[in-house]
Amino acid sequence: MRELIKMVIVLTILSAASGGLLAAIKNGTVEDIEYQQLKFLKAPAVKQIFQGVENDPITDKIKIKDGEKEITFFPGVFGGEKNSVCFETFGKGYGGDIGLMVGVNLENDTIMGVRVTTHAETPGLGSKAKDSPDLVEQFSNLPIESTFKVKGAGGQIDALTGATVTSAAVCSAATEAGKLYANMKDQIKASVSN
Amino acid sequence: MAKSIVQEFTKGLWEEVPPFRLVLGLCPVLGVTTKMEFGIGMGLATTFVLICSNLLVSLLRNIIPSKVRIACFIIIIATFVTVVELLMQAYAYEIFLQLGIFIPLIVVNCVVLGRSEAFASKNNIVRSLADGAGIGIGFTLSLASLGALREVLATNSLTGNILNKVSYEVVDIFGASFQPFTFAGQAPGAFMCLGLMLCAMNFLGQK
Repeated sequence: MRELIKMVIVLTILSAASGGLLAAIKNGTVEDIEYQQLKFLKAPAVKQIFQGVENDPITDKIKIKDGEKEITFFPGVFGGEKNSVCFETFGKGYGGDIGLMVGVNLENDTIMGVRVTTHAETPGLGSKAKDSPDLVEQFSNLPIESTFKVKGAGGQIDALTGATVTSAAVCSAATEAGKLYANMKDQIKASVSN
Repeated sequence: MAKSIVQEFTKGLWEEVPPFRLVLGLCPVLGVTTKMEFGIGMGLATTFVLICSNLLVSLLRNIIPSKVRIACFIIIIATFVTVVELLMQAYAYEIFLQLGIFIPLIVVNCVVLGRSEAFASKNNIVRSLADGAGIGIGFTLSLASLGALREVLATNSLTGNILNKVSYEVVDIFGASFQPFTFAGQAPGAFMCLGLMLCAMNFLGQK
């Protein structure tokens, strides 16, 4: 009986210490990890959408509160005017969340381009959402405040072969972006023009 | 059987080097050695886990009850692997993206659990530290050499950037008209290169 108690105590203390250490390290590295993800995942997507931009959208980034959440917007300068922003939304893909960076032209509320940032989709099939332009280029120049769906569900977007769930997730992320933009349009335009 | 502490350290570099002598932990050895740079990164991460887990297991060896010792070792090893993963995400993101799933797999790397069970649970702290450091560095060197062999054969060059501090770029090692063996960069080539190196090690080890 004593043996059993000793085993339980040792395992419990060990697990508790392990959990504590991991929580502490996670808290300590949260900002550094966020910075690295910004540099390696979001920045390339923004650069691809904002081809020919005249400023550095990453250093000019602004954060606006939407209720409880803080959303990061990357403004872009074209022709001397701050007339576009990029922001990221998420959709539920096959293997997890798919991150979509959406670039919007503030002057006419149209999509400048979308790019996938993070995903956990099947390599060779769903991963084509990030590796090939076939899916994401269909979103360019469409009005941002619409509901995007794949053609199989009555919409206008051609899904990727063998990756219907992934394509639908990208559409839902774009639709989310539209809703977010509709809600925060005035705040965005006000912040950007400062 | 009483080896000196220096001997405990150096045995990990040659006589008991993990992939080629103990023939343990081959899964990551084959998976990450497509470039020398990844081999070094993986080796350093494993060395960190080895040293820390050997140290802690040796410290607690009289407290951990024998019947649950494997469970305790796994808790300790898994904790340190997660620490390494978080630190890589924060300070070495590119290598973290390249190594991908092989970092969490360090937990089930036989080398780490094997050293805890066979050595750290039966020896004092200083010896365990030397053992962990030696085996870890030996592992890193083997990964680096296998990675270098495969990279040179598959791409005729050696390029890399370790921890954003040391970067190197050597191209056209066999001359510009060399047709690379891209086969060496894929799984079957990995096995063949490993076999070749095992041959070489055995031959050199013959006295």
